[in-house]
Amino acid sequence: MSDLPRTQHIIASGIVAGVGLAVAYVSYTQQPSEAFVFPRLIATVFVVLALWTFGKAVLGRTKVGNGLSARALTNIAPGLIVALVYIFWAAKGLGFYTATTLAFFILVSLYDPAPHGQMRSWIRRLILTAGFWAVMYALFAQVLNVFTPREIFF
Amino acid sequence: MEFLFYFGDVFTPFNFGLLLIGTIGGLILGATPGLSPTMAVALLIPFTFKLEPAQGLILLGAAYTSTVAGGAVSAILLKIPGAPANIATTLDGHTMAQKGQGARALQLSFLASAVGGVFGVLLLIFLTPVLAKWALAFGPSHLFWLAILGVTVIGSLDGSSVVKGLLSGCIGLWLATVGFDDIMGAQRFIFHDAVAGGINVIPALIGLFAIPQVITMFAKGRARLDAEVLSVEKHPIGKALKEVASRGRALTIGTITGSIIGLIPGVGGQIAGLVAYDQSKKLSPESRKFGTGHPEGVIAAESANNAMVGPSLVPLLTLSIPGSPTAAVLLGGLLIHGIFPGSDLFDNYPDVAWTFINSMLVGQILMCIFGLYVAGLAARVAQVPNNVMAAVVLGLAVFGSYSVQNSMGDVYVMAALGTGMYFLERFGFSAAPLVLGLILGPIAEANFIQGSMIANATSSVGQYFFTGALNLTLIAIVVLSVAYSVWMELRARRYTTKDEAVAKEEALS
Repeated sequence: MSDLPRTQHIIASGIVAGVGLAVAYVSYTQQPSEAFVFPRLIATVFVVLALWTFGKAVLGRTKVGNGLSARALTNIAPGLIVALVYIFWAAKGLGFYTATTLAFFILVSLYDPAPHGQMRSWIRRLILTAGFWAVMYALFAQVLNVFTPREIFF
Repeated sequence: MEFLFYFGDVFTPFNFGLLLIGTIGGLILGATPGLSPTMAVALLIPFTFKLEPAQGLILLGAAYTSTVAGGAVSAILLKIPGAPANIATTLDGHTMAQKGQGARALQLSFLASAVGGVFGVLLLIFLTPVLAKWALAFGPSHLFWLAILGVTVIGSLDGSSVVKGLLSGCIGLWLATVGFDDIMGAQRFIFHDAVAGGINVIPALIGLFAIPQVITMFAKGRARLDAEVLSVEKHPIGKALKEVASRGRALTIGTITGSIIGLIPGVGGQIAGLVAYDQSKKLSPESRKFGTGHPEGVIAAESANNAMVGPSLVPLLTLSIPGSPTAAVLLGGLLIHGIFPGSDLFDNYPDVAWTFINSMLVGQILMCIFGLYVAGLAARVAQVPNNVMAAVVLGLAVFGSYSVQNSMGDVYVMAALGTGMYFLERFGFSAAPLVLGLILGPIAEANFIQGSMIANATSSVGQYFFTGALNLTLIAIVVLSVAYSVWMELRARRYTTKDEAVAKEEALS
């Protein structure tokens, strides 16, 4: 068993088991039943394997998966929040290119090893962002003709 | 020899240009740690929408071939394998570079890759039509078992836990049933509008392979990439050619091992490289030199991981069963053009199939030629900081998913699956079986329903699915692959200490 708190494994396998049970419940109760023959087959195996995994986690016998350290979670959190806000709100709310450019700049700045107090590093980040925007626009708007949501901005 | 008729199609200016772009781009992407061949090919798919099917496949095939070879550049010069397939290359390749033999190691690696790769594609050329004719005898029950076999083999061999691998496969099979049922038109598991039309394979693939990598880069925080790029001095190519020819044993072992492993669904380049390295070491009179910068270590590993590329596509092109995650991504590339591979692919679309295969043959040569020149540049690109790489990949993933159907729903599905997969991976689940489940789910279900109908009209379902030599053989392989993996897992645990297991997982993740 990895040294991680057992709770992380219990939560992860518990969620998977919960999904498995929900899939099985829907598969066995939903009508028309003929449409759920194959899902029932999968759900049965799914539930057995998921409960097995959950049981092992509860008993502390999970052998694989190092889980997430507090430090990794702290590192991930800001980037993940920016990415999720970008995808689930800004891309549609602000416009694809504006949101992408903003998200790129924020992510590059957040995780840049260079000191945040130096003007030079901010200029470098801005140039990188402008370059990225130009390449994405040329590729998707000009070459591939993808029509993206424009919304408030561009 | 039908393939010779379509050779000219590879050399039209546009197609050859695409082949060059795919090869050079693939070499650079392959050298970038964290950009696996599967992820690179998945991110390239949106760029093939506007192309003809054969042209799109030329680009994807060239990228697949050269990302595998390009991974050797960072393995040798940075001691960071560009892809899992290049892990074995670091063992001797980087030591050679440390001794000032970086150019020699790179030349040997690309020449061995080309020999292995050409042999692998020749196997693809000569095996595929034969197997495709044989596959005509497959009925719905056989195709159902083949699809299940694809998921179980990858599920049991890909990860470090058989149960979690199979569970990942089940999640993929379940996701494949989301949407409207094909026969009854009934709604199944539609819990959000974004999945009303089912889960589109391309955004799902992009999310499952790209987003976990992006989050992994986030997890490193503001850490600076401290790998030192070793310089590449000059080395005469003629000498390298002679050396590869004189090390025939390592080359043969690598090429044959890679080709055989490529034919087995689910066993990827990482295994091919490591097995070939191990066999080459065991059979070499200079086995003690392995690990100290021995050229045979580089030759065996690199010839194996490229020899695996061609044969890994045989099950895809003959039975429409992708044998690896990258083959699954290529299947996605075929499906968006309305081409469903299988036994009649060579009858219905000979131009597409043969042009694609021929381009992979030519691509191996181009990869060798350009690899030697691009290596220095690729090693520099491999040093792109994590923060920039994460932001670029995220942007490409969002635009790529959106451009499939101009739908925000696809972007949401991509993000949700990718984020979920990152956390699942941290707990021992694996993306490869999930992807295979997602791709093979519709094939398994369609053949299961068709087989059930035939069974109801002729015999019983049990008799139809569980009797007959071919059914029993396929079931036996499913059971044996799972049993073998369970046995290997138990054996590995018995001989592995806890610290070793944790260190191994950290290295792999």
